[in-house]
Amino acid sequence: MRPQAAELYRMLTLRHWTERLFKIAAVATLVIVLATLAALLLNAVTDGAGRLSWQFLTSFPSRKPEEAGILAALVGTTYLMILTAVVAVPVGVGAAIYLEEYAKKGWFSRVVEVNIANLAGVPSIIYGLLGLELFVRAMGLDRSLLAGALTMALLVLPIIIIAGREALRAVPPSIREASYALGASRWQTIRYQVLSLAFPGILTGSILALSRAIGEAAPLITMGALTYIAFLPDGLLAPFTVLPIQIFNWVSRPQKGFFAAAAAGIIVLLVVLLLMNALAVYLRQRYQRRLYL
Amino acid sequence: MLLRARRKRVGERALQFSFFLCGALSLLTTFGIVAVLIFETVEFFAEVSLLEFLTDTQWTPLFAQKHFGILPLLSGTFLTSAIAILVAMPVGLVCAIYLSEFAPEPVRRKTKPVLEVLAGIPTVVYGYFALLFVTPLLQTFVPSLSGFNALAPGMVMGIMIIPLISSLSEDAMYAVPQSLREAAHALGASRLQVALRVVVPAAFSGIAAAFLLAVSRAIGETMIVAIAAGQQPRLTLNPLVPVETMTAYIVQVSLGDTPTGTLEYRTIFAVGTMLFFSTLILNLFSRSLRERIRERYE
Repeated sequence: MRPQAAELYRMLTLRHWTERLFKIAAVATLVIVLATLAALLLNAVTDGAGRLSWQFLTSFPSRKPEEAGILAALVGTTYLMILTAVVAVPVGVGAAIYLEEYAKKGWFSRVVEVNIANLAGVPSIIYGLLGLELFVRAMGLDRSLLAGALTMALLVLPIIIIAGREALRAVPPSIREASYALGASRWQTIRYQVLSLAFPGILTGSILALSRAIGEAAPLITMGALTYIAFLPDGLLAPFTVLPIQIFNWVSRPQKGFFAAAAAGIIVLLVVLLLMNALAVYLRQRYQRRLYL
Repeated sequence: MLLRARRKRVGERALQFSFFLCGALSLLTTFGIVAVLIFETVEFFAEVSLLEFLTDTQWTPLFAQKHFGILPLLSGTFLTSAIAILVAMPVGLVCAIYLSEFAPEPVRRKTKPVLEVLAGIPTVVYGYFALLFVTPLLQTFVPSLSGFNALAPGMVMGIMIIPLISSLSEDAMYAVPQSLREAAHALGASRLQVALRVVVPAAFSGIAAAFLLAVSRAIGETMIVAIAAGQQPRLTLNPLVPVETMTAYIVQVSLGDTPTGTLEYRTIFAVGTMLFFSTLILNLFSRSLRERIRERYE
């Protein structure tokens, strides 16, 4: 009996220590991942902080690295995002309303659903090819702000639809039933009850979808957005550039001086992203408090 | 009164129809993508034989001596994606197992959003990091590493994909019924044994789905490889030399001023078709695997 007990004891100790070891290894892995994230951010900040200045924010790109600025890209990104939102949010919310509130659970809504899920997984550069052929060439919009915004709108549409559906689904059916019981029509119910309750969720989802789009360079490069622009876009059909394209352009230059400009551009891009995410969090909290008190 | 009610009814119908159109637009998008890709690709194959496209070992459409073999671009894509998966899969899985089976609830709740930050960082930022931080760092250990290579962007892409793998695998593990864990514990299994021999096998299709989705993401990733992997199509599996991926090639052509309607212009659509259908197949497989677990446990 005794040797068996000793054997069991040894096994249990071994088991105890493997488990310990796994936990330590797992925590170490997590720490390494988070440290990489910190290194990524710190690296850009230390490389670019010295280059960041008012002059950088208000100057056009230049052949001389020390004079190059980000104004055209910053303004281009702002215009592009506003235009994208104007196109994508109403359409996305409309599609979400159709799928959640009107569509019968048949083969059609099933096809649309699978299709949206697949569109969300299509590489962004493919949307660039679509934009190039459809908006730039077939519709003759050239490499304009409008063509870019339409391309980006198609890219973020699936994300907005998915977020919108989640927000609509979170509205309890009892609210709809109460509204119908009071004699409201379907649209009145949607307009005055469902949408007002789902509004914060839709808003947050849309802002997060746009913050995904703001960092995208590949589809815009593919549809032909310019990389060097020394003026501000003055209309829907004007050529444009955006922050990630400008950063890409500076990173791919051979002169070392442009790397600092790229890093400073990255800081600007990250700050814009941070502000958008903070806005999403703030809006969600603010409206939720109001609605449920 | 009746008239107003009828007018209201017509208005409601019109609204419903416009919402329907919004939903149908997503179908049109897919249709548009497929139509554009197929149209240009058919034009491309009117001039280049499919056999050359699939078997030639050189890709030089922009040179005087033109070769249209996609193999070098495929090998570049395969190489960077494989490195990314080799980094992301073990790390993501360990994170998922730890967070789902071991971590105390507060740690879990705080770690998840921080991991998600990794997925939200723009890919140009990762590209900058790969080119100017990771490559020089690796060069101190591997002096033969060239300034542009597959290794650094692959690794950085792996870091970007970690949250995708860890959160999808964690969801799959979370869906494993508690009764399975309890049964294993009752038979004397330790927590690690339960995690590795009960939960992971039970969540296998979810983990496989995460893997497929990660591969699809890696294949379609553009800016990291366009910045840090170089733009030299080369049929090699050596991670230390410059290569070019399918996505990076599309960027390279788009940056130059290739006239529309030429054969060079059509190459990006032929490459795009390859890219679109390979990611589509992976996404569809991944989705059907995820639906299978949902059916089994819900």
